[in-house]
Amino acid sequence: MTDSADLIVIGAGPAGLAAASLASKHNLSIMLLDEQAAPGGQIYRNIEHNVTHESEICAILGAEYAYGAALAETCRASDVTYTPGATVWRIDPDGGVAYSVDGAAHTAKGRRIILATGALERPVPIPGWTLPGVMTAGAAQTLLKSSAMLPSGRVVVAGAGPLAMLVTLQLIDAGADIAALLETTRKRDYFSNAMLLPGAMAGQDYLRRGMAMRRAIRASGVPIYGGVTELEARGDGQVSSVRGRSGGERLTFEIDTLLLHDGVVPNIQATRQVGCEHEWYDPQRYWRPVRDSWGTTSIDTITVAGDGAGISGARAAEYLGQLAALDAACRLDKINMADRDSAARPIRSAMQPHTAIRPLLDGIFSPSFTTPHGDDTIVCRCEEVTAGEIRTAVAQGVMGPNQIKSFTRCGMGPCQGRNCGLTVAELIADVQGVPVSDVGYFRLRPPIKPVTLGELAAMDFSETDS
Amino acid sequence: MFRRHDKSSQANGDNVTIYFEDAPIICKPTDSVAAAVLLSDPGYTRRTPVTKAPRAPYCMMGTCFECLMDINGVENQQACMVPVRDGMKVRRQNGVPVLPEDSKEPEND
Amino acid sequence: MFGAAIAYGLSRAGVDTLMLDGHDNNLRAARGNFGLVWVQSKGKGLQRYADWSRESARLWSGFAAELTDITGVSIAHRNDGGMMLLLGDEEVEKRKIEIAEMSKQSGATGYDCEIITHADIQAYFPDIKLGKAVTGASFCPHDGDVNPLKLLRAMHSGFVNSGGRYKSRCTVNNIDHANGVFTANTQQGQFSAPKIILAAGHGISHLAESVGIDAPIRPQRGQVLITERIQQALPIPLNGVRQTDEGGFQFGSSEEDIGFDDGTSLDVVQNIASRAVQSFPQLSTVRLVRNWGCVRVLTPDKCAIYEESISHPGAYVATSHSGVTLAAINARLVSKWIATGEQPTDFNHFSASRFHVQAT
Repeated sequence: MTDSADLIVIGAGPAGLAAASLASKHNLSIMLLDEQAAPGGQIYRNIEHNVTHESEICAILGAEYAYGAALAETCRASDVTYTPGATVWRIDPDGGVAYSVDGAAHTAKGRRIILATGALERPVPIPGWTLPGVMTAGAAQTLLKSSAMLPSGRVVVAGAGPLAMLVTLQLIDAGADIAALLETTRKRDYFSNAMLLPGAMAGQDYLRRGMAMRRAIRASGVPIYGGVTELEARGDGQVSSVRGRSGGERLTFEIDTLLLHDGVVPNIQATRQVGCEHEWYDPQRYWRPVRDSWGTTSIDTITVAGDGAGISGARAAEYLGQLAALDAACRLDKINMADRDSAARPIRSAMQPHTAIRPLLDGIFSPSFTTPHGDDTIVCRCEEVTAGEIRTAVAQGVMGPNQIKSFTRCGMGPCQGRNCGLTVAELIADVQGVPVSDVGYFRLRPPIKPVTLGELAAMDFSETDS
Repeated sequence: MFRRHDKSSQANGDNVTIYFEDAPIICKPTDSVAAAVLLSDPGYTRRTPVTKAPRAPYCMMGTCFECLMDINGVENQQACMVPVRDGMKVRRQNGVPVLPEDSKEPEND
Repeated sequence: MFGAAIAYGLSRAGVDTLMLDGHDNNLRAARGNFGLVWVQSKGKGLQRYADWSRESARLWSGFAAELTDITGVSIAHRNDGGMMLLLGDEEVEKRKIEIAEMSKQSGATGYDCEIITHADIQAYFPDIKLGKAVTGASFCPHDGDVNPLKLLRAMHSGFVNSGGRYKSRCTVNNIDHANGVFTANTQQGQFSAPKIILAAGHGISHLAESVGIDAPIRPQRGQVLITERIQQALPIPLNGVRQTDEGGFQFGSSEEDIGFDDGTSLDVVQNIASRAVQSFPQLSTVRLVRNWGCVRVLTPDKCAIYEESISHPGAYVATSHSGVTLAAINARLVSKWIATGEQPTDFNHFSASRFHVQAT
């Protein structure tokens, strides 16, 4: 049966929770669909359980994490129809949404859709990144948040980005055995980007916290190596060591777990599938949907909010969600433009310090692993396509990502290019000597996540009133 | 590969048991199958369909499809997205899935 | 698919050939192809086309072997027959009438296609249980399939390996003709040759017109579903269901007259999925990983056009859907026709002028 609502919000992280909560105050009927079992998204994952049951884990995750409890609580108290465990696998420009819960497919129709599908960790295609024991830094943090778990053996965290540092510190606090933090960021990245400081003055709080984290890691006795290159995971069927080079020094650590990170990028699976226009954001080398100041995309019924619109962090996501909600209320004739604009003003100024820091962070933590150095490194984890195979195909005249996909199967597996799309575009651009923005991206087709044929066959499109 | 934090409330209280390759894992009802399996030091949790290379959970948030496992006889499930249930039988995904033996044929025509 | 096959054939025959191709995101029938080398549904109303398709199917084994030989790309060609599954008595009766009509049309050549029973079909598929809804199938021994993406790649690299030149992102805007030389004007400059072959699929009509050929084509959307990889269970292809060499089950395909929209729609997806599960109930727990729409290049009678321009000798049009089925004959006989002028028998049957006769 097809449910209908004024507004369908997809994703219950900070942007989605804030959007749904505020929109519900404007008398809109709202469906909030989220893939996880509980609200919070990845950033505030498992927040409700942890604040009530896991004081020690909350202490490790800190005040920034605990902040998310109020967002979840506000949304729970609203009359938003919240469906956890809902995997959205198709979105249509007319407001149609198809999703599955517990192995049954459903359809819904919204007059508008807010996509708050957040971010993904950027692929880190180094030699050995597919070995068991190699995970993303975010994965380790997710295990801490969702299951109060930490790596039991010796760990190295490697890569770049604020999350690498944060996870290192949290794992140290949790009692993990961290051998080192290997940062690909160089000292001079910090200095050369300092000139962006005046613009980032409002975000000084972020900077102070960054410095404090760095000091705390050092104080715990965990070494931090900067400017690390030639990063490589090794092992026979399972990771056993990580190698790299820092300055003139060769580094080797015997480990059980390697945690990789190279920043986060917008999760554009949904915006690509539905057909929104995207633009290349060069400082962080990712695609993001083209949107107006409220987050509305090139498809008039669809608005994006939060990191899915471009990475701006959890706090900004919340405000972006509120802006999207106000615009939805206005477009659905619940408030007029003047009311929308005046309600937006304090939100925009509250958001300002959180977005002002971005140019600085984007500059310092520019991505390190955009194109694999060797030819043997796997680019497409699902179909096991190497960098060399892609380079060869491009050298033979293959024109773009979609032809690469059909010629090599790169991006054809179940992850639908989530872990290779950016790398493929970078490799093509590199070989052809053109900007990535000219290369384009995979044409993403439904379903956004796999869905069984039985579910598809059993769908019922008759309409109900919600 | 992973362990529960000593001071976690989850270190005691209600437990469920799942079986990974027939060996019991005692875990929490709030754990995902992938998280629970990681407690048991599984080495790898699937072999790929293409080269049979060993893999294990990578992203833990439903995006990478590395944690595909056979859960209660249904193959290729994203174990990081499936909550544990008492008595669950979990196996490594060994390459390409086979067709399920038993299936209910729809009674329509 | 047409262009790549002909260009491959020309380049193999030692003809200096330049292949101009469009952009990565152009509407491309070749990338959405189902992969059938299919005879049993071809040529209703134009027997020469039915024969042509069967001839191509016959040439396919040698062609596939050659491609693999010179490119190292194994394209998973199979030629052990194919079936059209029929669900319900009505479909069986309808198919029987079509078979009778085609048998009559094909005369002495014969139309090697017969209705087989549920039990006959099941015998072909020991590893998967046939649904009760399947009441029969039409079986044709000449049918088969191939991995269409590998085919495209193999023809592409075979072309390049034999000295062909390939230029992408090079859409042809218009064509000039002076002193026996054709010049293709593209965004990447001008390219000249004494012969020009138009095999531009949906982009063909205005180019054909400029060399004096009317190539009336229309778009028709087909939607295709593909699942995750599963252990091999379908040794021969079915019209609408086949298993790729990688293991994915592929289902299709709709016939929708909705213009140049290569999107997908949920109602059609449900129909296709529902038919799939009725045909093979065990597939109900198998996951769909991708669903796409592809726009067929259809002529008014769904048969191919092959024609050399009378007003502009040296300009050729070659177009149709069925690019996979006809790849072998395009690479062999059509390229030979263009290179040497040697026409296959009754080749004038494929002239687009057949549509004008009907129109008046």
